[in-house]
Amino acid sequence: MSKNRFNLYKYAAPAHFYPLAGKLIPLFAVPSAILFILGLYVGFFVAPTDAVQGESYRILFIHVPAAWMGMFLYVLMAVYAGVGWAFNARLASMMATAISPTGAIFTFISLVTGSLWGRPAWGVWWVWDARLTSTLILLFLYIGFISLQSSIDDARRADRAGAVLALVGVINVPIIYFSVQWWNSLHQGATFTEKSFKMAPSMAAAMFILLGACWLYSIAVVLVRVRYIIREREQEAPWLAEVTA
Amino acid sequence: MGIIRYFATDKYAVYIWGSYSVTFLLLAAEVLMLLNRKRKLTRRGSPQPEARNTRFETSLQEIQ
Repeated sequence: MSKNRFNLYKYAAPAHFYPLAGKLIPLFAVPSAILFILGLYVGFFVAPTDAVQGESYRILFIHVPAAWMGMFLYVLMAVYAGVGWAFNARLASMMATAISPTGAIFTFISLVTGSLWGRPAWGVWWVWDARLTSTLILLFLYIGFISLQSSIDDARRADRAGAVLALVGVINVPIIYFSVQWWNSLHQGATFTEKSFKMAPSMAAAMFILLGACWLYSIAVVLVRVRYIIREREQEAPWLAEVTA
Repeated sequence: MGIIRYFATDKYAVYIWGSYSVTFLLLAAEVLMLLNRKRKLTRRGSPQPEARNTRFETSLQEIQ
C-alpha cells in the first residue's frame, strides 16, 4: 500500500479539516450564485404559464427545493450527530450543529412560501393537514435541537443531547414524505415518481437548477459556520493560532 | 422586461414576489449573521494592546 495514498480519515480532525473547508467554500459559493441567477431566469423567462394555476405556480420553483432541503438537511444533521455520538467524533458533532440553522431556515421558507401559494391555490393560508403539520413539527425539531444545544455549556454534553433529539426526530422525515399518500390532504401528491413526470421540461429545469443552487449554498454556508464553531471550541489549540495568524 | 411588467399587474404578483422576497431576505440574513460572527471572532482573537496595558497598570497600582 502506497504511503502517499489520499487519507480521507485525516480530515476527521478539525486541524486538517479547517484549512480544507476554507479552500472549498468558494468552490460551492460561486456556482451557487450562478445557479440561483440561472434558475430564476429559466423560472421567470423560459417556463410557460401554467394552464390551471396561472402565474402563481412559479412559487413552486423555490417552495419545492426549500421543502426538500429542509428534509435532506435534517437527515444529514441526524447522521452527523449520530456519528459524532457513536464514535466520539467531535468534528461530526460540529457539522450537525452547523447544519441546523440552515435546515431551519429552509424549513421556514418552505412553510412561508407554501402558505403564500396555498392562499391563491386553495383559498386558505394554512390547514392543519398531515403534510403541513409534519413540516411544522420539523421546524420545531430544528428549533428544539438549536435551543437544547445552546442551553448546555459543556460542548460535548450538548452534542450528545442534541444527537438524541436529532435521531428520535428523524422519524418525522418519512412521515412528511409519505403524508400525502397515508392521509387525505389538501396538499398535492408527488409530481415526480418512478412511473410519471408530470411537469413541462422547462418548469422541471427551473426547479432542479434552484435545487442545485440551494444545495451548493447550504454546503458553502455550513462550511463557513463549521469553521467558526471550530475556532470557538478549539481556541486554545496551538494549531489554530498558526492557521489564523 | 415584458414579463416583469406582467407580474407587476398579475393578480398573483404579491404571492409570487412575496415568496421570493422572503426567501432571499432570509438567505441574506443568514450570510450577514455569519459575517457578524466572523467579526466577533476576529475581535476576540486579537485583544487590543491598550487593554493589556491598562490591566498591567491597574495591577501595578494595586501593588504600590
